[in-house]
Amino acid sequence: HLCTSLKKDSQFWYLYSCFMVKKSEVECLIRLFHSLVERDDVRLHNNVLDRNTFRATLHNLFGMTDDMLMKRVFFAFDKNDNCMNVKEWIKGLSVFLRGTFEEKLKFCFKVYYLNSDGYISREEIFDMLKNSLHQQSSEKETDGGIEELVEKMLKKMDYDNDGKISFAVFEKAVKEETLLLEVFGQCLPEAKVQCQQPKLVEKTF
Amino acid sequence: MGVALTKSAQWTTAAGFGTGTLEITPLNEGILKEIIMFVESFIYKHPQEAKYVFVEPLEWKTNLDPSAFESGYVVSATTVKSEEVDKNGQPLLFLSVPQIKIRSFGQLSCLLFIAKDTKLKEAQACIEANRNPVAKILGMDYNTMKEDPSILNILDKITKEDDPESEVKMKMAMLLEELDLHLLNYSLKHASLEIHLNPVTIKKDIELLKHFSGQGEQTVLESIEYTSDYEFSNGCRAPPWRQLHGEICYVLVKPHDVETLCITCCAEGVFLNGGKTDDEGEINYERKGAIYKDLVTFLKHKSAKFSENMSKQVSTRLTEEQQKVKDQPKKAPKKKEADALHKSITSSNKSKLENNQINFGKNQMTKRLEPSVNWKTDVDFKVISVRDTQEKKHGGRPEKSTPPVSPGRAQLVHKNADKTEEIPSESSSESEEDEEPPDHRQEANADLPSEYWQIQKLVKYLKGGNQTATVIALCSMRDFNLAQETCQLAIRDVGGLEVLINLLDTDEVKCKIGSLKILKEISYNPQIRRNIVDLGGLPVMVNILDSPHKILKCLAAETIANVAKFRRARRVVRHHGGITKLVALLDCAQNSTEPAQASLYDERDVEVARCGALALWSCSKSYANKEAIRKAGGIPLLAQLLKTSHENMLIPVVGTLQECASEESYRAAIKAERIIENLVKNLNSENEQLQEHCAMAIYQCAEDEETRDLVRLHGGLKPLASLLNKTDNKERLAAVTGAIWKCSISKENVTKFREYRAIETLVGLLTDQPEEVLVNVVGALGECCQEYENRVLVRKCGGIQPLVNLLVGINQALLVNVTKAVGACAVEPESMVIIDRLDGVRLLWSLLKNPHPDVKASAAWALCPCIQNAKDAGEMVRSFVGGLELVVNLLKSDNKEVLASVCAVITNIAKDQENLAVITDHGVVPLLSKLANTNNDKLRQHLAEAISRCCMWGRNKVAFGEHKAVAPLVRYLKSNDTNVHRATAQALYQLSEDANNCITMHENGAVKLLLDMVGSPDQDLQEAAAGCISNIRRLALATEKARYP
Repeated sequence: HLCTSLKKDSQFWYLYSCFMVKKSEVECLIRLFHSLVERDDVRLHNNVLDRNTFRATLHNLFGMTDDMLMKRVFFAFDKNDNCMNVKEWIKGLSVFLRGTFEEKLKFCFKVYYLNSDGYISREEIFDMLKNSLHQQSSEKETDGGIEELVEKMLKKMDYDNDGKISFAVFEKAVKEETLLLEVFGQCLPEAKVQCQQPKLVEKTF
Repeated sequence: MGVALTKSAQWTTAAGFGTGTLEITPLNEGILKEIIMFVESFIYKHPQEAKYVFVEPLEWKTNLDPSAFESGYVVSATTVKSEEVDKNGQPLLFLSVPQIKIRSFGQLSCLLFIAKDTKLKEAQACIEANRNPVAKILGMDYNTMKEDPSILNILDKITKEDDPESEVKMKMAMLLEELDLHLLNYSLKHASLEIHLNPVTIKKDIELLKHFSGQGEQTVLESIEYTSDYEFSNGCRAPPWRQLHGEICYVLVKPHDVETLCITCCAEGVFLNGGKTDDEGEINYERKGAIYKDLVTFLKHKSAKFSENMSKQVSTRLTEEQQKVKDQPKKAPKKKEADALHKSITSSNKSKLENNQINFGKNQMTKRLEPSVNWKTDVDFKVISVRDTQEKKHGGRPEKSTPPVSPGRAQLVHKNADKTEEIPSESSSESEEDEEPPDHRQEANADLPSEYWQIQKLVKYLKGGNQTATVIALCSMRDFNLAQETCQLAIRDVGGLEVLINLLDTDEVKCKIGSLKILKEISYNPQIRRNIVDLGGLPVMVNILDSPHKILKCLAAETIANVAKFRRARRVVRHHGGITKLVALLDCAQNSTEPAQASLYDERDVEVARCGALALWSCSKSYANKEAIRKAGGIPLLAQLLKTSHENMLIPVVGTLQECASEESYRAAIKAERIIENLVKNLNSENEQLQEHCAMAIYQCAEDEETRDLVRLHGGLKPLASLLNKTDNKERLAAVTGAIWKCSISKENVTKFREYRAIETLVGLLTDQPEEVLVNVVGALGECCQEYENRVLVRKCGGIQPLVNLLVGINQALLVNVTKAVGACAVEPESMVIIDRLDGVRLLWSLLKNPHPDVKASAAWALCPCIQNAKDAGEMVRSFVGGLELVVNLLKSDNKEVLASVCAVITNIAKDQENLAVITDHGVVPLLSKLANTNNDKLRQHLAEAISRCCMWGRNKVAFGEHKAVAPLVRYLKSNDTNVHRATAQALYQLSEDANNCITMHENGAVKLLLDMVGSPDQDLQEAAAGCISNIRRLALATEKARYP
């Protein structure tokens, strides 16, 4: 019944037209959203998802593991109020699942810069890569390795040598080498999940 | 003693000026000990001389306390006097703290006994204070520090003096001289034992230690570094004024268990110095400890941890080596040599070594590999063993530094191995790269480029990173110039190939993509290809061909295309079902039915097909793969792709087709699938490579007459003719001329070519072209010259001279074609004149001696028109010394084509009576007769012609009968070939002039067969048959007449 009411909503058609998501898929996502909300404590939230539920969803559906990045993904989905409404949910997932290359590029960049100055700084990169090397021997050595990875990426992307990465630079680098899209950590669903997505969502529901 | 002390003992720098001190070096210590031994035993060995009173006392500052002196001495608080006195009553030992004076060896001996533990110090103090003891003992006249301190000099002095002391003094001098000699010998021995360090060895040691330094429990040191980054040109890092003292460099070493050590490395050895002063960073150069012979020994003494880990490193390497040797004893013959290295290290399997040892006979490395207790050699060995470990890991190939004979030998061995593994029927088209290239790695001691270390780090991150770090490392690795061999080999040498291949087995799409992108680049290197195959990379890539991600399919196929450049790899691809999967990639239509995915890493379907074709192209060089492609339904798909207009796509597609067209089944399919049409169309492409492959495919297919017609019908001859004018690209020219050659087998095509003025162009190509082109050009001309107009054309264009010039070549295929072309030209009497003038006939004749039967036969065929058309042919033939005998002897050949052609030559030679007489003398009749029993129609025809010609001389007719040639000839009449009938009938007609032959013919039923021939439309045949019958009939009549007169 929620779907039908939503369908009448202009928002639905807006989403439908804007994000190139199939009608059935939008319906599907809406249903998923509400099932998640219901599972959650209804009293506290008024048709919104909180971060924990969202994180669990990211983990279960899309195979994401990095807590910090999932937090960042949440903030990239969410506007500002620390909880996600259905509009944000669908808008986010449409990029997440069916986004064009450009959309995904913007999304990833948004996930990677945290302090909203429009740049990814050296410290942020270090932070994101912190856990990327298995503790081989000493912490010092691992840190050295990460430092070097950060250095390599900055060298590769920081064309203007200001120690931080702007969107323009990020875009340029990723267009040269698509693999760099998720360079600082996985923030999009795994490619294999992406392929099976419609079925998977259907199944979960 | 004096000489030894001045020359050998190592005085401190100040020695030259006043009171120097002796350094505490092993040598000095040794010398002092020798002196002490001499002095101590003096009192027993030479009691007489021990009493001898020195001219001047030996005087020095002693540390001995007066209380140490006991009996025999007058002791007070600060003084000691010996009870022993000289003739003047002066004590021979007088100590007044701390100054001591001694005037006899006896007292010296006593003092040393008293000194006990400190005797070394006392002796040193004595020597230091008395720089010229001999002079003091024997007087200034015996100053050995003077020049020419020969013993004669001393003896001379002593004999002059006549006092009673002189005898003792002389003995003293002798003894001291002996001691001196002994000391010199000792120090010499010592010097030869001592290893003098030089900058190179020190640098090597430090670099090696650096390699095993770092954090962690397993490393030998925490850190080791030079104090100065600047290296002088002589390899030293010490400042020049310190270099004067033989110092080479200073190192700061931080072992795990000791404080940082500041070490001086100098020529004499390694010692601890005063350390780096904190304020100025200056080094206190003074020595603070004993000298060790090298850095490793030094550190072993200073740090227990170092010594423990160092031996661990050595032993782990050793066990690793041994394990590997055990694990893969005969994995590949090439590895034998590498194994030999390890075996010689472990020095256990001596017997197995024997066959390899020979390779190392002249190898300096064996010397270094000999087991040794010496640490120095251990270090060297470690350098090698580290390299070896890496090599083993990466496919284990012998080092570059193995003796020059070994790569070749290894190659041979491997080739044999390859042959035995390989299915025997490999296509002839696989020529390139089937040889294993000699593997070369950076030498153990060669300076490694900086990329090496950077790549090594990246590989470490690949191993120890999560997906994100792996992707970053992969992307960074791609930033290196992967087309450069240094980087390619570096990736392999640091173990990167294993990691990259392992990544292909994971679920991470991004990692797979990154890894394949690198593998694709580095697999352009033939060595890397082999390593990839050795590491089992191909089956994984074949599996990836099934991936839903198109980019993965593409990359995997492209990498396979690079790797499958050699036989073994192609076989692996086939055995893992790769061919079927690759063929599936060609099916664009099927792929496009899949739901379109908005995957990030997608590529177009066309690209997938292109990569598939690329891989198939590489694979199609093996016969079995051609079959597999056909069975997998590849031909219709290739035909389909051929209709596209993407050049990138067309090249691999046509390349594959061209490769496969060597098989009859493909040629038929190509005809059936209407592929020729598209091949012809693409001849008009702008792309040279595409043109080349299309022409090549046509060349392969145009053996078939129908195909030749198709080429013409689709208008392919004109583009071929026009491509003839573009001679810059030799590969393309070879393919185009090849296609023209094969097409010109059809007369209609030749007419077209003449129309397009291709023949003139072909003649122009007879000079200055590579052999591959020449073979085809000459072949084409040979075909064209079957026609009168073209023969004239070739002559007019001046083509005969270059053709005749080519008769002196050695290329078999070329000679076959050239002789054919010259033969074709020789049909024209005018051309024949030119050939004769250029001595072409002689050249052709000499080619009868060519070892290849094809060349022999072709030359013989070419000789026939020459002899026919030459003026005064008989004379010409006779002018070739030994020529006729050569031809007759060729009848002993076992090649049918050679026999037929030689028979034809004999037919022509025999037209000249004189020559016929000569060949008869050479025994042509029995040889021809011997050949008579054959089923080969071509040979039958020419043999019969030759027999019929040879009947024209002497009693040859009778001789053929005697050699039983007649009966087989009769049987020829049962053949289906009219040419054979005609030639045979003519021969029989000739032979029937002999009565016995007639009887043989009659007995063999010739008459009935000949009667049939009389009805033949062939006039010559009719005549010959009739003539023969009439001869037989006449004989019968004559017999009847004789019987019933």
